[in-house]
Amino acid sequence: MELSALLLSRLQFAFTVSFHIIFPSFTIGLAAWLTVLEALHLVTGRPAYRTVFEFWLKIFGVAFGLGVVSGIVMAFEFGTNWSELSRVSGPIQGPLLTYETFTAFALEASFFGVLLFGRQRVSPWLYLVSTGMVALGTTLSAFWIMVNNSWMQVPVGYAIEYGSFVPTDWSEIIFSPVVWVRFPHMLLASYLTGAFCVAATGAWYLLRREFHAEARIMLRMGLYLAAILVPVQLFFGHLTGDYVHHDQPAKFAAIEGRWHDEQPASEVLLAIPDEATQSNRYAISVPVLGSFIASMSFDSKEVGLTDFPGQDQPPVLIPFFAFRIMVGCGLVMLLFAWGGTYLSVKGRIEQNRALLWCTFLSFPLPHIAILTGWFTAEVGRQPWTVYGVLRTADALTPFLTTRAATISLVVFCAVYVFIFSFGTLYIYRLLRAGPMGSLVLPPASAIPNRPMSVVDHSALADTRHFPAGE
Amino acid sequence: MILYWVAVLAISTLLYVLLDGFDLGIGILFAGARSGAVRESMMSAITPSWDGNETWLVATGVVLWGAFPVVYATLLSAFYLPLLLMLAGLILRGVAFEFRHRTERWRWLWDTSFAGGSLVATFTQGLTVGALVEGLPISNGHYVGGDFGWLSAFALLCGIGLCIGYALLGASCFVRKCDGELRDLGYRLIRRLSLSLLVFLIAVFVIALAENLRVMERWLERPYLLVFPAIGVLAATMLASGIRRRRDAAPFPMVAIIFAAAFGTLAISFWPYMIPFSITIDQAAAPHSSLAFMFWGAGLFVFPLTLLYTAVNYTVFKGKISPAEAHYQRETSHERSAQISTATKEGLS
Repeated sequence: MELSALLLSRLQFAFTVSFHIIFPSFTIGLAAWLTVLEALHLVTGRPAYRTVFEFWLKIFGVAFGLGVVSGIVMAFEFGTNWSELSRVSGPIQGPLLTYETFTAFALEASFFGVLLFGRQRVSPWLYLVSTGMVALGTTLSAFWIMVNNSWMQVPVGYAIEYGSFVPTDWSEIIFSPVVWVRFPHMLLASYLTGAFCVAATGAWYLLRREFHAEARIMLRMGLYLAAILVPVQLFFGHLTGDYVHHDQPAKFAAIEGRWHDEQPASEVLLAIPDEATQSNRYAISVPVLGSFIASMSFDSKEVGLTDFPGQDQPPVLIPFFAFRIMVGCGLVMLLFAWGGTYLSVKGRIEQNRALLWCTFLSFPLPHIAILTGWFTAEVGRQPWTVYGVLRTADALTPFLTTRAATISLVVFCAVYVFIFSFGTLYIYRLLRAGPMGSLVLPPASAIPNRPMSVVDHSALADTRHFPAGE
Repeated sequence: MILYWVAVLAISTLLYVLLDGFDLGIGILFAGARSGAVRESMMSAITPSWDGNETWLVATGVVLWGAFPVVYATLLSAFYLPLLLMLAGLILRGVAFEFRHRTERWRWLWDTSFAGGSLVATFTQGLTVGALVEGLPISNGHYVGGDFGWLSAFALLCGIGLCIGYALLGASCFVRKCDGELRDLGYRLIRRLSLSLLVFLIAVFVIALAENLRVMERWLERPYLLVFPAIGVLAATMLASGIRRRRDAAPFPMVAIIFAAAFGTLAISFWPYMIPFSITIDQAAAPHSSLAFMFWGAGLFVFPLTLLYTAVNYTVFKGKISPAEAHYQRETSHERSAQISTATKEGLS
């Protein structure tokens, strides 16, 4: 494939947004979980809840900081690389992202300050409310982003005047059924990310025979939550599939690897789709199941990709495989969550080192599932940026040169890899140091707008207590 | 409605310039600091606020997109390479706040990225303003300048000018926030930097005259515009007298007023254009349904709330940084790295 400015811009957007999504998806789940922990601490008075809370608050701070830094780039990238998109869809996407920035800033920044430095200054109830507000802020952020992206998937509530999209009905845009299927799907994915990262950390400490009380809380809460949420997530995944089937038939056909109309349709479990010959190689498929999954019937006719003219067909390989990886991760997570919960209820999980190892090593699964899920959604939407209305090729900045696009891609890759390595190293160090019994007092110089600063000082407090903890 | 969003945009931009201006300026001066103690004090003067300051840049960006999509699309794509540099600079300096305390051996790396990032980000901001004043090559509402259409001697000069300007803001912030060595350094720097800024302004004026920039015509058309430069001159006089009498509180607000006056001068001489002499505010504004949707939530409630929050935040952290605090930070950074290494060893054993 020729390295055009278009392809380079798509790569750059994919790279920067994939890098970015890792952090918010983690912090959204973590914020909700912190709220639950704080409530539990308030109700039961068990100090271990408080310790676990303080520990994860530090991790939250670092991940939040990396999310903010990588998010600034996103706010500019629409204009620099996709100027036609931002010009014609600005009247709809601009206000949505304005809401995203403003609500996030108002709720997260102000209440996050209370969270970090207000423990001694506000009442426990107000502290709990602040935790809830930070969680609400991250959730609202996700909501506006999902409204924005869902509008690009299935544009509604607009008219085209003078070559640009004019919003005619905001409630249709915000209350679009697509939003209310995809937003819960993303929210559940974030909760699962939080749950698995927490459970994995708990399993890690148990394997190392450290921080027993805290590790048990982490492992159990993480696994129980996952055991309930994974099935719900599979259900919302199914609903998401329904909207794709209904609104984006070409994407659906690409995900299914279905090249020709079939009645009743079979379900391709695995294959190597060949775009050149428009057929599958080495296909393993189940007859009739395709109709059942798509339409809940045994004899429905399902459309194939060849129904669409070549210029309207999405790429097949990426959506086909990304979707299967996502579902695979989901099923493995279901297995671990249910197996772990069963053993935990029976009181045998701490002896079962194999399952502890599985749980420990499962922390990348939700991240992989989120990334591949987004690959499916976004690559499957091609060749459109705004589905059915604006082609990706027409959304690009018209005068963007290959040279400029190459420079920016290289610079972003270099900078992100650089800061990502240090950020990961830093989170790893915090995780390895572990939760300490000591409660961290806010230092005089720490401040709300600099979330990561609390880590500096509390890392100090931690290391001081390290020998005692051993 | 359009005017309301112009006002929001103007306030966000001005706040960004003033607030991130002083911490970028300190970042620039950071490069010249010889001793580690001075560097620590410089850092502690801005750590409480830099993150919130940069939020105004994001706010400016999204409001511009929502309310004036054409301007957002045209400017951001025209300044492709400068904005890339600015973002890279802002990221590198942002993480330096957190990472430089992590390590003794690699501290020089983060110090370099902090000072270098600040300088690059400031320079590119000045450059874009300069290019805008000079006028971007735009025909039929589309940018036609290519990768380097913004590049000119005038734009480069404005880049340097903004570096001097932000450094001046930074130096006046020392005088306001610090005592002792750094305060004296601040006074020396203010004197030098304000003279350099004066030289820069004269140079800009001469070039503007020589190149016969269209902005100049508007000055002849509307002599009442001179009220802004007059305010600037007044503030400069007050600045000079404040320095002579060593009144610590004087320089920062005066420099801020000079910046606001310059901002007002530019804004009014562009009016009613948003991208000078090719796209007006009315042409650029989003449809009424977009502006109204933003107004009834973000505009009416969240924006004033955010202003209030910023004000409260600055009141909490006003006043001088106590030497103890600076000392505490210095000490912890050394101690911490020592302790992290012990912890690491123990963790391994």
